[in-house]
Amino acid sequence: MKEIQNSFRELLRYPTAVASMAMIFMAVLLSAYTMTTTPYDEALRLWRGSEEDWYQYPKQAAPAWFNNFTDRKQPISFFLNSADIESASGGVVTKTIETRQDGAQKIAITYEFEYLYDDFPQDLILYTTTKDTVKKPLVGVVWVTPDGRKVNMASYSVTQRDVYRVAQDDKLARILRAENPIEGLFADPASESPLPLKGTYQMVVTSTVYESEASLDAELVLHGTRYGIAGTDHKRRDLSIALLWGMPIALAFGLLAALGTTVTTLVIAAIGTWYGGWVDDLIQRLTEINAVLPFFPILIMIGTFFSRSIWLILGATILLNIFGLGIKNFRAIFLQIKEAPYIEAARSYGASDGRIIIRYLTPRVIPMLIPQLVTLVPGYVFLEAGLAVLGLGDPFMPTWGKVIDDARTNGALFEGLYYWILEPAALLLVTGLAFALLGFALDRVFNPKLREM
Amino acid sequence: MSAITQTDAPQPVVKRGKQAANSLLRVLKYSLVRLASLLFSVVVAIFLTILIASMGGKVDEMRMGEIRENVVQLVRSNRANRDLPPEQFQKLVDDLVFQEAHVQGLDQPLMLRAVRYMRKALTLDLGNALRMTSDSGSKQVRIIILERLPPTLLLWGVSGLFLFFAEISVALSISRKYGTWVDKFFVGMAPFSTSPGWFFGIFLILIFASWLRVLPFGGMVDAPIPKTPMGYSLSLAKHMILPTMSLVLTSFFLQVYQWRTFFLIYSSEEYVDIAKAKGLSARAIERDYVLRPTLPNIITGFALTLIALWLGGPITETIFNWPGLGRAFYEAVQFYDTPVILGQTVIYAYMLAFTVFLLDYIYALVDPRVKVGQGGSA
Repeated sequence: MKEIQNSFRELLRYPTAVASMAMIFMAVLLSAYTMTTTPYDEALRLWRGSEEDWYQYPKQAAPAWFNNFTDRKQPISFFLNSADIESASGGVVTKTIETRQDGAQKIAITYEFEYLYDDFPQDLILYTTTKDTVKKPLVGVVWVTPDGRKVNMASYSVTQRDVYRVAQDDKLARILRAENPIEGLFADPASESPLPLKGTYQMVVTSTVYESEASLDAELVLHGTRYGIAGTDHKRRDLSIALLWGMPIALAFGLLAALGTTVTTLVIAAIGTWYGGWVDDLIQRLTEINAVLPFFPILIMIGTFFSRSIWLILGATILLNIFGLGIKNFRAIFLQIKEAPYIEAARSYGASDGRIIIRYLTPRVIPMLIPQLVTLVPGYVFLEAGLAVLGLGDPFMPTWGKVIDDARTNGALFEGLYYWILEPAALLLVTGLAFALLGFALDRVFNPKLREM
Repeated sequence: MSAITQTDAPQPVVKRGKQAANSLLRVLKYSLVRLASLLFSVVVAIFLTILIASMGGKVDEMRMGEIRENVVQLVRSNRANRDLPPEQFQKLVDDLVFQEAHVQGLDQPLMLRAVRYMRKALTLDLGNALRMTSDSGSKQVRIIILERLPPTLLLWGVSGLFLFFAEISVALSISRKYGTWVDKFFVGMAPFSTSPGWFFGIFLILIFASWLRVLPFGGMVDAPIPKTPMGYSLSLAKHMILPTMSLVLTSFFLQVYQWRTFFLIYSSEEYVDIAKAKGLSARAIERDYVLRPTLPNIITGFALTLIALWLGGPITETIFNWPGLGRAFYEAVQFYDTPVILGQTVIYAYMLAFTVFLLDYIYALVDPRVKVGQGGSA
């Protein structure tokens, strides 16, 4: 115990070690936060990317904070729902209901939002939902520009749930004499080139439902080209889910793989040296066979032929590294320790083989084990990401590697959607670096030969 | 297992002839045992690979399905079979499928098939690919692999070898400048090298291809292949810059750091101090007292660099769309093309086993303290 305390104090002398431990601590905190706020099943469900979960989000939108660094401000996505007026952000919704004597209700929903951007949005979509209607209500949509022009966009009858996609409304485009109805709605009539008019826009949705117990609500979704703190991908998914959940997954995979391989290797080397004879021979043969098997190609085969489950890949990784080259290093040390007087003493008072291996042999190697364990972590974290880049990532889990793979295969590099690649890459880099730095420092603390170098 | 034992005690000089004969016998015996055990490892490893690569027989089931499909089409396309009653038609198909399966040996039990595949693989009778074809249109595994070898040799071989020697010479020179800013720079950069090559590759593509538009995204040469040899090599060189850079970034600093530390440990030995006290030149000390004892490690590093070539880098080659062996292996797996997978694995296994075998002798050659086979297999 005292030894560990001393080592820890020694470790604090290295600024890089302190910094890397702080980084790892942050990563663990972030993981805990993620796992409590978005439960695992919820994260997996969201990452499956169904339309109901993500219709409010734009496709391939960069993070909203990008606008702070560019001269041309890009529109930030928002949605305003008349059924949920309190939590509306990005604008204001008001809903008025006038009940007539015959029970029919005249409903007016007004969306008011500031549009101060230099580019047009991707799309403008109106989702209407009705409840308990018998007669189909008619909906009228009117657009009011900041300079007071009014455009009758559309009027249509609605059933339970209807979608009005403005960008696909060719009739509206003809009315506005614009190529694209979105540009027609937002364009500044005074400007030569198509530029959006800045100011407060209004959209008014009016309708009459004919039954007293019926209701009608509408949600306006503006798909901008900026969203949230992390942006979105090609399936409209909020990248922050994958970036946040990627952290616990990467840490779990890296740590479990490193722990699994080093500890098993250690125990096997101890058993081999302690018993000697055919046990040792068998272990040596297995090590040799393992060396001849190409590790990564076998993982590729397992991922393609059997399952891409991250836990299977973790198991295979540990299995293929148990009889790794580490055994030789541990073996050399155990051969020395085996002859130490205290082992002989233990043997003379009748300690069992298991007790000697677990209590007396293996603890002596822990100083060597700790730096090795930490140094191995980044390799395994990148291994998981690398498999994902080959398209062999876990099909359900949101991981950093999968985000990079999605980005690459959907042309993020060609189209300049750098945020999509840089966000997961930066997290990978920082996580890998934290463990690498700590590993280097630990190596110096525990390996006196290196201490001065 | 290590056959290397250190014999420090001086041997008596008498009976030299008999001793030489004895040691020859010992080396011979040791070599045979070692070869046998290595061959055993290769056989087991290949057998395991066959079981994985054939998905425990599933690939053969797929092949049976394909055979049946082809036979049905063949029988249908024959006008003479048009009016056959369904039972006879079915029988004809079954017979033909059975014949074809028999010719390909698919009617044997899985273990027998695996043993047959293994015999073929071990004798390097690589056979034909199931689905992959070489660019020249051949189905032979040998030709497919040979076609992918030059790009891999070019990228991983040239840059790998260059890097290896650069790392050692830089490490040697900074181990002399211990504590200076150059030394500190390499020590500081080393942790960055824990990121793999493909990871740096993505950053490099992002900066140089996507953002600055000065270098190609990937591939080996420009799309209309340049006609002149000069144009071809220039285009090739241009495409090699980014993959080579990613390789340098992932290995250089870490390797230099590790070799430097290694050399530093060896230069703090007492015999080096004595050599310094004797007034030997820095060069001589480096050559005879630092490099000489570390030579076995350097040779091992070199041999492993060479073997790693054979697997290429599947992810880096994917990122850069480089048509090398790593990519070929990945494609073979995607096509469920067991013969190609096996071909590449068996050659790798042989190369590794052979190198391990050879290293024992090389150690004995470069290090007078090491004797082959003495002490038996410890």
